[in-house]
Amino acid sequence: MWFAYLKDMIMNQRTIQVDALESEAIYIFREVVAQFEKPVLLFSGGKDSITLVRLAQKAFYPAKIPFPLMHIDTGHNFPETIEFRDRLVKELGAELIVRNVQDNIDSGRVKEETGRYASRNMLQTETLLDAIEEFGFDACIGGARRDEEKARAKERIFSVRDDFGQWDEKNQRPEVFDMLNGRIDLGQNVRVFPISNWTELDVWSYVKQEKIEIPSIYFAHIRATFIRDGMIWSSDDEIVYREESERVAHRLVRFRTVGDMSCTAAVLSEAATIDAVVKEIRASTISERGARIDDKRSEAAMEKRKQQGYF
Amino acid sequence: MKVLKIATAGSVDDGKSTLIGRILYDTKSLTDDKLAAIEEKSRQRGFDYLDFSLATDGLIAEREQGITIDVAHIYFSTPSKSFIIADTPGHIEYTRNMVTGASTAQASIVLIDARNGVVEQTYRHFFINNLLRIKDVVIAINKMDLVDFSEEKYNIIKGEIEYLASKSEYKGQNLTFIPLSALQGDNVVEKSENTPWYTGETLLHHLENLDSEDISEVSQVRFPVQTVIRPKTEEFHDFRGYAGKIYGGNLEIGDEVLVLPSLTKSRIKGIHFFDKEYARAKSGSSVTITLEDNVNVSRGDMLVKVNEEPKISKELEATICWMDKEPLQASQKYFIKHGVNDAQAKITQLSSIIKTDFSGIEENPSELVLNQIGDIQLKLSKPLLFDSYKDNKSNGSFILINPKTNNTVGVGFIK
Repeated sequence: MWFAYLKDMIMNQRTIQVDALESEAIYIFREVVAQFEKPVLLFSGGKDSITLVRLAQKAFYPAKIPFPLMHIDTGHNFPETIEFRDRLVKELGAELIVRNVQDNIDSGRVKEETGRYASRNMLQTETLLDAIEEFGFDACIGGARRDEEKARAKERIFSVRDDFGQWDEKNQRPEVFDMLNGRIDLGQNVRVFPISNWTELDVWSYVKQEKIEIPSIYFAHIRATFIRDGMIWSSDDEIVYREESERVAHRLVRFRTVGDMSCTAAVLSEAATIDAVVKEIRASTISERGARIDDKRSEAAMEKRKQQGYF
Repeated sequence: MKVLKIATAGSVDDGKSTLIGRILYDTKSLTDDKLAAIEEKSRQRGFDYLDFSLATDGLIAEREQGITIDVAHIYFSTPSKSFIIADTPGHIEYTRNMVTGASTAQASIVLIDARNGVVEQTYRHFFINNLLRIKDVVIAINKMDLVDFSEEKYNIIKGEIEYLASKSEYKGQNLTFIPLSALQGDNVVEKSENTPWYTGETLLHHLENLDSEDISEVSQVRFPVQTVIRPKTEEFHDFRGYAGKIYGGNLEIGDEVLVLPSLTKSRIKGIHFFDKEYARAKSGSSVTITLEDNVNVSRGDMLVKVNEEPKISKELEATICWMDKEPLQASQKYFIKHGVNDAQAKITQLSSIIKTDFSGIEENPSELVLNQIGDIQLKLSKPLLFDSYKDNKSNGSFILINPKTNNTVGVGFIK
């Protein structure tokens, strides 16, 4: 009797119940590797793609992550992000591919926006599509989440793109149960979103639980900034357009999303630890992408960019 | 945190968007910037109320036409649980979207307008919930404020649904009837003073208190192998792990297992999750398993417990929901994806079309068109390892893929 009890107690301690969202993401990673020949993980250095890297590690351990990481570098990234990226890749022993938007600008393939709201956000798409073609990637894994934006809420986990990288939003494949249909024609590719069903808070809780290191700009720090349209912008005269009248001041801020310096605004924050960040998000009355000017161009900004091959 | 996936069904007129908006609003899940955007758009369109559908209709075409075309996923949480709502369109022309949204749901909410009572669409929602064998179904009797919170109206609708339930094949469904007003918030999050005769829970409390153990599937254990992990490093030189997700039950070290389709017996040697080893893994976990014997296992193979084998056959019978503009006809060939396994399939017979309004079947039809549900027989290019859908959802369902377009054209429920 006591023996059965003891056995039960020991077993319970050594029982694993993988969290539903984590289990789903790992399942998706394994489907990608089984169904595609040349997958790649699109790595931006933000918390979502860092979370993806951890999930990929878990999916294939003790083997190494069986695909490379690729960063489309706009040249406008926060320096902290790039430094973090290089350190992480070294620790993982993973392969990193970097393709630069600057190269396309220099060769005249794309034209850089100018003026007050100039951003390289749109130009990333061209560089991404070129890289997909150059390496022949058939599956690009990304950290987009459905709770971020309402066009993203409609996107599938396996999202098929044509030769031009276009998303045909009205003709998406139904995804039933957990069966993922990765059949594509030559020239097509699939964008894969393993953390589709995670919320911002889920990601942060996971970062905390797993003790994952993330770039310092997610935490409160003092930064030279200026204010435009009620939003706080990082001041870097090389990259971010600023008018004389927009005065620079030092503020205690953090970033909720990490895009380009030219399209990601900061929020005033004293949250210097993960716990403080989680508390702040719970109490926040502004959505995560509320500080992304690239979404604010119009109500359908995200859907239109996606139709053109954006992530 | 526990996650509960819910599907909602009901047309715009039943107040579904208002209900979802109300839940988001009352649980403080709508941020100021999103609320401001809804207010502005509602005003632009000349509405004197907040049109919450603008929060979920994410596509340009949906907003232009004012209809929900595709399933939207909505996320909110309370201190005790996270919720994912698959908001599915209710009209007959969107049956496939409703099936899609409901396929991953553990619970479902069917809205009924108290003024109109049970209508044709209610039958269809109810039918699909039954076909998919969703265990917990809430019948939300909405717009109670417009019928003076009449207990009699509520009881009439409850009686009609209970009669429908008595006719349906799936008896394990737990039905909960809640009288509410999404517009005014009665019994959504807060208990209403207008329905003193109603002693049950509010909608949100019901969803919060659902015991996931109660609604999760218990059946025989199925472990379909997704991929084989062989690190080939010095440290893990001989490691050969089978990566997959456990369905239907738990697995333990020492369990005697059968490898299918080769019918080789072995025992579980190790259960790995990342860099740790465990003695037991619970259903739903994505893990990596090692076996005591050096057996040949590859993707699509399945580990099961001895004496719990699924069917192994090159023929199967199923109910199918058709999802493509090009109709299904007998003698056509498709790819079949069953779990992580692929084969070719030929439709040997289209036996009947099942009317989703419970009005019976049409025998020996010539074709099955978009959004129709029917019974078929299939012949397969290789044996598949399957269960009946009623015994095991994940191992009892499949999709058909059109080999010309690569599109997913149908979802099947094995008999």
